[in-house]
Amino acid sequence: MKFARDTWLVFQRQTQLLLRNPVWVFVGVFQPVMYLLLFAPLLKPALNAPTQAEAYKIFVPGLLVLLAIFGGLFQGFGLIAELRAGVIERSRVTPVSRLALLLGRSMRDVVSLLAQAVIITVLALLFELRVFIGDLLLAYLMLALIALMTSAVSYGVALKVKSEDALAPLMNTVAQPVLLLSGILLPLTFAPGWLQGVAEWNPFSWAVDGTRALFAGDLGNDKVWQGLSIIAVLAAAGVAWAARQFARSVR
Amino acid sequence: MIETRGLRKSFRSRAGRQHKTVDAVRGVDLDVAEGEIFGFLGPNGAGKTTTLRMLATLIAPDGGQATIAGADLLRDPAEVRRRIGYVAQGGSTWDDSTAREELVLHARMYGIGKADARRRAERALAAFQLTEYADRKCKTYSGGQRRRVEIALGIIHDPRIVFLDEPTTGLDPQSRAHMWDEIRRLRAEGMTVFITTHYLDEADALCDRIAIMDHGEVVAEGTPTGLKREISGEVLLVGLDVATTGQAAQLLDTEPYVAKLETVDGGGLRLTVDEGATAIPQVLRRLDHAGLALNSIELHRPSLDDVFLTKTGRSLRES
Ligand SMILES: Nc1ncnc2c1ncn2[C@@H]1O[C@H](COP(=O)(O)OP(=O)(O)O)[C@@H](O)[C@H]1O
Ligand SMILES: [Mg+2]
Repeated sequence: MKFARDTWLVFQRQTQLLLRNPVWVFVGVFQPVMYLLLFAPLLKPALNAPTQAEAYKIFVPGLLVLLAIFGGLFQGFGLIAELRAGVIERSRVTPVSRLALLLGRSMRDVVSLLAQAVIITVLALLFELRVFIGDLLLAYLMLALIALMTSAVSYGVALKVKSEDALAPLMNTVAQPVLLLSGILLPLTFAPGWLQGVAEWNPFSWAVDGTRALFAGDLGNDKVWQGLSIIAVLAAAGVAWAARQFARSVR
Repeated sequence: MIETRGLRKSFRSRAGRQHKTVDAVRGVDLDVAEGEIFGFLGPNGAGKTTTLRMLATLIAPDGGQATIAGADLLRDPAEVRRRIGYVAQGGSTWDDSTAREELVLHARMYGIGKADARRRAERALAAFQLTEYADRKCKTYSGGQRRRVEIALGIIHDPRIVFLDEPTTGLDPQSRAHMWDEIRRLRAEGMTVFITTHYLDEADALCDRIAIMDHGEVVAEGTPTGLKREISGEVLLVGLDVATTGQAAQLLDTEPYVAKLETVDGGGLRLTVDEGATAIPQVLRRLDHAGLALNSIELHRPSLDDVFLTKTGRSLRES
């Protein structure tokens, strides 16, 4: 009960500050829209898809997973600013739940990611993407878990390194191979065998495959439950680890 | 109210490839009484902040123990958090939120309900004369205003003890005097206030009792007056002509309140006494009785810097 209340408190505060920043709202909404509009004309020929709708079925889930990964991974920067302002230390002298300090923030990240996802999906519907609502909700669950994991990890790392200078290269080094080896923007079906072999070890590759299967209406596909399980386990581990950093971080 | 025994903390830092251990706090014993302003005086790097952060449950001590407002620091940190307030040295407000928002949020983090939190915020704003700026973003505040918001945050839940880490550092003289008044007001309301400072005059004027800290250790503890008296007593400088100095010295040397007597080159005496205020009239009477005229009499009280110098061999002004 106290934990739920504390989480809600942190979530409210973080969301309020986020909405107060018009620049962020603008970027958060328009960036994905740009992806969709500017990439759209290239998709059909590039993916060799029979129709525009088919191309979107491949591209949109990839784009959403991409946003979930990056949206999460770079949240740590905001936390470092809070560390510097002394806001984290101020929270840590109160009896507020340490897990709530983390989860309230991550929940805001998840919600803002889902808001972006809804905007993109609705736009894609205008471009004749069709997807079952049940499948779509499961896909959103996958996205939420991805964002939860990446933002939690980002917060944990931020508390450990405590400086933007260390966080930026670290996150880029992680994000790049993850991105390239997940088949996010283009499916790895075109990739040589060894590359596919490497991608097997990339959890995000499973997540992308699962999300694509859902957008394709292929709920029975094993990739769906496999992707969801892998990401759920990793998200739980990420949250547990990051919450410990909140409990014991120094300065 | 606060009792610590053997509190210790070391940090391991890395400089290049070498690991270095800094013994920031090495065995601190303190007893702080209820309702007093207790001051931690020491130069930068003495270990004041580290001690405070241990007492505020922000970092775990490497050794030792402490009881704070009746709660055990090691066994029950959650209870300690409920009973204390802590205001960090480096600030704790967020640029883009307002004082009112910060106060309400902070109260709620202590588990206080929404309506009550709003009432407390309102009261704190009034008490710290912030009502006028309450709904402006913190980034627009002056240093003094911001510091007052931070102190208001630290006591929003009516703690029994509040720790203020260098509450006046960086403030202009006027804001500083204002802050002293605020701190005295907290004491008047029955709160125990634990401050750190590296200002001698602040420790002297504001604190009921102080502990002088250097290199992670408490080197002296007591009331400012007591500490000063303990090291050297007070000094009376009596201005006399060269001709009369010898006779005056003979007269005063046997007086019971004179602990030490030295003659000053060019005429005059330097008397070390226990308490200048009572010694002055007696000296005057004695000399007057013997018909000796004196040119001046001056009381010199030792400063806390003299205390620091005696205990550490360095002057606090220089370190
Ligand atoms: N997190 C930390 N990591 C490494 N060294 C630290 C840390 N915090 C403090 N120190 C060191 O401990 C010593 C005491 O610091 P501090 O408690 O901040 O002193 P003060 O508050 O009296 O100026 C200093 O030498 C400081 O460099
Ligand atoms: Mg300090």
